[in-house]
Amino acid sequence: MTRALGQHTLRIVHELGDFALFTTRAFTAAIGSRKLSRRVIRAIYEQGVRCLPVIVIVGLFTGLVLGLQGYYVLTRFGSEGVLGTLVSLTLVRELAPVLAALMLVGQAGSALAAELGIQRNSEQIDALETMGASTHAYLISPRLIAALIVFPIQTTIFALVGLFGGYLSGSVVLNLQPGVYWSAVHNAVKGQDVRECYIKAAVFGILTIAICAYNGFNAHRRRSSTGARAVSASTTRAVVFSSIVVLAADYIITSLLVNQP
Amino acid sequence: MSTPDISTDLFLDVCGLHKRFGDNVVLAGVDLAVPRGSVITVLGKSGTGKSVFLKCLAGIVHPDLGEIRFDGQPLDAINATARTEFRRRCSYLFQSNALLDSLTALENVALPLEQTTQIPNREIRERSLEALRQLELDKHRDRYPSQLSGGMQKRLALARAIVTRPELVLFDEPTAGLDPIRRNSVFEMIVKYQRQFGFTAVLVTHDLPEALAASDQVALLDGGRMQFQGTPEAFNRSDNPTVCAFRDSAGALRDTIAALRRGETITSKEEL
Repeated sequence: MTRALGQHTLRIVHELGDFALFTTRAFTAAIGSRKLSRRVIRAIYEQGVRCLPVIVIVGLFTGLVLGLQGYYVLTRFGSEGVLGTLVSLTLVRELAPVLAALMLVGQAGSALAAELGIQRNSEQIDALETMGASTHAYLISPRLIAALIVFPIQTTIFALVGLFGGYLSGSVVLNLQPGVYWSAVHNAVKGQDVRECYIKAAVFGILTIAICAYNGFNAHRRRSSTGARAVSASTTRAVVFSSIVVLAADYIITSLLVNQP
Repeated sequence: MSTPDISTDLFLDVCGLHKRFGDNVVLAGVDLAVPRGSVITVLGKSGTGKSVFLKCLAGIVHPDLGEIRFDGQPLDAINATARTEFRRRCSYLFQSNALLDSLTALENVALPLEQTTQIPNREIRERSLEALRQLELDKHRDRYPSQLSGGMQKRLALARAIVTRPELVLFDEPTAGLDPIRRNSVFEMIVKYQRQFGFTAVLVTHDLPEALAASDQVALLDGGRMQFQGTPEAFNRSDNPTVCAFRDSAGALRDTIAALRRGETITSKEEL
């Protein structure tokens, strides 16, 4: 029992170290990499443009539900005038970075893990290694750089669409004065909130894309499964781990930043 | 093992290579001496570890024990410079071709030049197109690997392998899955480009007649060791039992089938 626990702990520590090296190598390998910008643009398209519809849809419905729930709760206290404050702070501080990251994990992250897993299975990654190319610079760095750009943009879009959703349910459906709603939004959101939002988005972007890339890239190392099953297991693991890490990192970042003036 | 008839100018020298996967010992002290500028074919039955041996040479699989010397320099995990130099001067043709399926034929061929050299883009394009022309694939340069036939994919992989003008090319089952005509043409291509560019070639195959015709030397891997290394003529004359069994397998099959047709009962000597 103790031995098994110790082995398991050692394996986790080893994997964490390996993951840290993997991510660091991906950033350092980007320096001087040829045609990197072309691959970054392609990754931005994959993570950004392709995921935009789901971000807009989820953002809109999140805002609609927030507006609806918030309005009825605030009405109990006669405070429906602060609906804009509730919707905007909830979105900007928490829901936009977290939900946008989870949506991106579900779409772009899973696709990345599966793509790299298949490339590993079909020896495409081995081919890159044998030709002396940096697999990190070619496959991973563009995705991480793109994540640093895409996640904050997608989070912004999520928050803006969510605010509009709150306006729709609060003002259009439930007849709250639009001026009251937008004025509350304007007064509530401070620079610190926006900064917290972008810090979270960038951290979630790096963590989730690195986790998905790491799992796909190392699909062949899985002892419990091989071939197509290894790809599916790696993809599942990538999505589950990324989602948990987003929530855990959200708590850590919030607890670090929330007390700052 | 028969005494190899080789020159003293060894380009690749493998001594006592060991590799095991769990309890399965695949390589149990493999030796191979590859003279510079020669074509050497490693023969062997399926599952004897030929591809593992080649992957050990390429650095894709790390051997448990043994030494590989490339142009006099040992290749090991510590000597990263030697391994980088090896990769710069060596190409590997995978059994599965390992073409990048999201890139076109031209992009696939240009990839090693783009990623490992500082050659200007225009020259990369010219050299890649030239490699495609040499392998009669220039009309298909904008197609993706999945849009090409098996033979075309093999030629494309060969174009990618030679575009960097390597000094050593490792061919892993270059004719796997090809019909006899395509198989011959692949061997012709290998010999033709080997003569043209002067690279050293190490092939792994079980196509005996083609290998004997195309190679300067052949080696036979069996039971985790090289059972023979020498010229094709020496291979044909050898009385080594393993060599005889491999060499005479076609004749043995004919005899077995003839006996089965006569209604005789045949007891299999070896599990497949």
